[in-house]
Amino acid sequence: MRFGIVVFPGSNCERDCYHVVDAVLDSPVRYLWHADADLSGVDCVILPGGFSYGDYLRPGAIARFARIMRAVEEHAARGGLVLGICNGFQILLEAGLLPGAMLRNRSLKFQCQDVFVRVETADTAFTSMCRPGQILRLPIKHGDGNYHADPRDLAARAKVVFRYCDADGRVVPEANPNGSMDGIAGLANLAGNVVGLMPHPEVCAEPELGGTDGLVLLASALRYWEER
Amino acid sequence: MSKQAAWEAVGLTEEEYERCRRLLGREPNHLELGMFGLMWSEHCSYKTSKVHLRKLPTAGPRVLQGPGENAGVIDLGEDLALVFKIESHNHPSAIEPFQGAATGVGGILRDVFAMGAYPIAILDSLRFGEPDGRSRYLLGGVVAGIGWYGNCFGCPTVGGEVYFEPAYAGNPLVNAMCLGLVRHEEIIRGRAEGPGNPVLLVGAPTGRDGIHGASLLASREFDEQAEERRPSVQVGDPFRGKLLLEACLEARATGLLVGVNDLGAAGLASACSETASRAGTGMEIDLDRVSRREPGMSAYEVMLSESQERMLLVVKPGGEDVVAGIFARWGLEAAVIGRVTSDGIIRVREAGKVVAEVPARALTGEAPTYMRPEHEPAYLTATRSFAPERLPDLEPAESGRILRQLLAAGNLSSREWIWRQYDHLVGANTVLRPGSDAAVLRVKGRPLGIAVSVDGNGRYCYLDPRQGGALAVAEAARNVAVSGARPVALTNCLNFGNPERPEIMWQFREVVEGMAEACQVLGTPVTGGNVSFYNETLGENIYPTPVVGMVGLLEDIALATAQGFRAAGDHIVLLGLTGNDLGGSEYLKLVHGVVGGLPPHLDLEEERRVQELCLEAIGAGLIRSAHDCSDGGLAVALLESAFTAAPGAHGFEVDLACVPARKAVLRRDCLLFGETPSRIVLTVRPQHLEALLKLARRHRVAASRLGEVRQARVTMRHGDDFWVDEPTAELEAVWRGALACTAEGTA
Repeated sequence: MRFGIVVFPGSNCERDCYHVVDAVLDSPVRYLWHADADLSGVDCVILPGGFSYGDYLRPGAIARFARIMRAVEEHAARGGLVLGICNGFQILLEAGLLPGAMLRNRSLKFQCQDVFVRVETADTAFTSMCRPGQILRLPIKHGDGNYHADPRDLAARAKVVFRYCDADGRVVPEANPNGSMDGIAGLANLAGNVVGLMPHPEVCAEPELGGTDGLVLLASALRYWEER
Repeated sequence: MSKQAAWEAVGLTEEEYERCRRLLGREPNHLELGMFGLMWSEHCSYKTSKVHLRKLPTAGPRVLQGPGENAGVIDLGEDLALVFKIESHNHPSAIEPFQGAATGVGGILRDVFAMGAYPIAILDSLRFGEPDGRSRYLLGGVVAGIGWYGNCFGCPTVGGEVYFEPAYAGNPLVNAMCLGLVRHEEIIRGRAEGPGNPVLLVGAPTGRDGIHGASLLASREFDEQAEERRPSVQVGDPFRGKLLLEACLEARATGLLVGVNDLGAAGLASACSETASRAGTGMEIDLDRVSRREPGMSAYEVMLSESQERMLLVVKPGGEDVVAGIFARWGLEAAVIGRVTSDGIIRVREAGKVVAEVPARALTGEAPTYMRPEHEPAYLTATRSFAPERLPDLEPAESGRILRQLLAAGNLSSREWIWRQYDHLVGANTVLRPGSDAAVLRVKGRPLGIAVSVDGNGRYCYLDPRQGGALAVAEAARNVAVSGARPVALTNCLNFGNPERPEIMWQFREVVEGMAEACQVLGTPVTGGNVSFYNETLGENIYPTPVVGMVGLLEDIALATAQGFRAAGDHIVLLGLTGNDLGGSEYLKLVHGVVGGLPPHLDLEEERRVQELCLEAIGAGLIRSAHDCSDGGLAVALLESAFTAAPGAHGFEVDLACVPARKAVLRRDCLLFGETPSRIVLTVRPQHLEALLKLARRHRVAASRLGEVRQARVTMRHGDDFWVDEPTAELEAVWRGALACTAEGTA
């Protein structure tokens, strides 16, 4: 499977994603420039974290209009894999590939910390190697992760993939770092080929960085693609 | 405007005005005078500090670039090098904390990537008044500003320090350090080589912000009008900063760049004259080609603007289109504004006319140097004569109460409220995160690790500047050593009051000499840094505050050692002798309300031996955790290790009677809270205890087993006398929550 990592002006996790796919997963990967429309040969598109276009208006609000996003939408519609991490998730929401919107964190502050998330479904491309209820420890680093959606719209268009939880897997307010509705940390479209999440699996995929729980997302994608 | 008003308006004295007239051979015009005013400001010229800074050792086997460039560079082995520097942004942050701190980060990032390096880490060293009222507002604004720039730019903020002292109430300190990685052959210097080479101004358009920031803000003390200087504070754009980084590094990869310089203090005037001066060349620039944010800007404003996110590039002939194309792709402007000349003159044109013509050297190397008068400050007689040993000793029954008081103190409580607002993980290199003595970063594809710490205790320097300077270097080195890294070099930021006062000059010289001696003994040269004078508000000076940014190297990243206890049953060992050292301590300030006495005595040879021992023990794989014992003393060091412990190891039991003592009788308060330097708290597996003690004997370092890591409970006893015996969780809650409560005003 070949990965492509979109580079918007202001993306800043693209190198980290590239590193994990290349050096840890040992899979072919290339950067995709925001102003291009060419995804040829790419099976899995990653929209990385960062502050696309500075995020001065609203996270992801400008990036959704980038030329590459039309190609990403077509790629998703064809069943291609798309993973949006943090700013990438925000862009997926703004682009309408996933429902809902992000508000400022409840604390009104940027927060960087490890959180626990519970895998709510293994029926997506990026959680196919997980078991439902599995608990992952992943870092978050964002200022706008307070997810909000119309519950009916959410249920009609997406499924919840990750919820913030405590170390024992309980989705409780104390374990919710940003005020996100129902503790939602990540979503998938109904087909399961498009996933967005606030935590950053790419900085949590090697033992020397203190954890490897993030690796399962990309490893799942690999297996999903082989078995499809 | 009279002549006198003219030179005073740009911050020059009459003698300095005469000097620039002599150098020019005529009267300087308005623009030229403005350029001299900025370039000869204390901030840009180091005219007062230069004679003393020469005492600092700057050479070493690893040093590839010492002071005088955008940043220092050390060799990491093979083809890799590390670029790093610290800089102050005190005055802008005092006036506008968010933008002041943000642009401080932006500026230090540019210094590092101007050298061709990719920034890998930021650290910040902060000083505020006691966290209430305006200081609380400043703290919130500064932390948010640092986070905003670093988080958006995508460089992790991996460490730092903060102190709260009334001495900083009117004049907070914001020092930012940045490190970057570069291959040897890719290092670019800020030199305008090659007459005829085109000169490009790239990045943001030039606006009216930050004019005279360096001369009027950074090189004067504060008074009632300080607020009105808010327009002198620049406004940052981290998004554009990130684009500038990407474009600069892409341009570097073409091999077309000859020299690069950041536009910081004194804007174009500084970038042009410094790059030309370093290369022994001159430069002609045409202001009509400078892209501007607004119409109607004068030549004066364009030359002196401190607009952020700009860089000056000197490019190989014919390379300008390729380079401009790269910047255009990143959505940035790039304009050829002139060329390098061979006559050594900075010649500025506007509308076809020459509007300034000044020798580059006159602006840089010919700046005046001062050997200002100095005098030992009078307050020292009083502080020195204070004898802490005459105070009543701590009653054991009081230990628990006082411990809580210390754990809740602004200077000792957890800093998590701050570093949680910083992305400390982006880059995927952070092996030891904030909350340990040093941050440790890996270098992808190499076994190597880089440890870094910033440190500087202003109170110690206030009480004994020479000793305080040495202690700052020693502690920064110790912080790096306990993480398993050998300290190799440092950058420093010297924050002082008004140097025109002889007392301040005396403090400055003493601190520098103290640092120089410590650098010699510990083998850590200084590769550059920054001096910030005039940190004074309405006659109130800050504590003399040198901040040391120490860099250390681990040959094997797997040896990176954190401060937190690892597992119940591990033995706790204290390295180093403990004395009756209360002078300058947090305990003395908090419990007895005294800032007095002498700071603890530092024996540099002993310090070196303790660090060597720690490094060898970590290298031999004996050590489970290591923590520097400093502010708050042994009790606080032990608790910090317990609070940052791995699950299952949240307590300890120690017998303080086992502490190796310098004096026959140790006071109880000194045992618990004294701040004797050159001490390290280690833990080892039981089977490694003997090996560690044997190693300590070989290094002639006092070492003693104090007790064991336990679960859930903290027990500190002296023989059979129990001084503290409490659940860890209760103490931890005090320590962890204190800063958030004060910072958010919920206390």
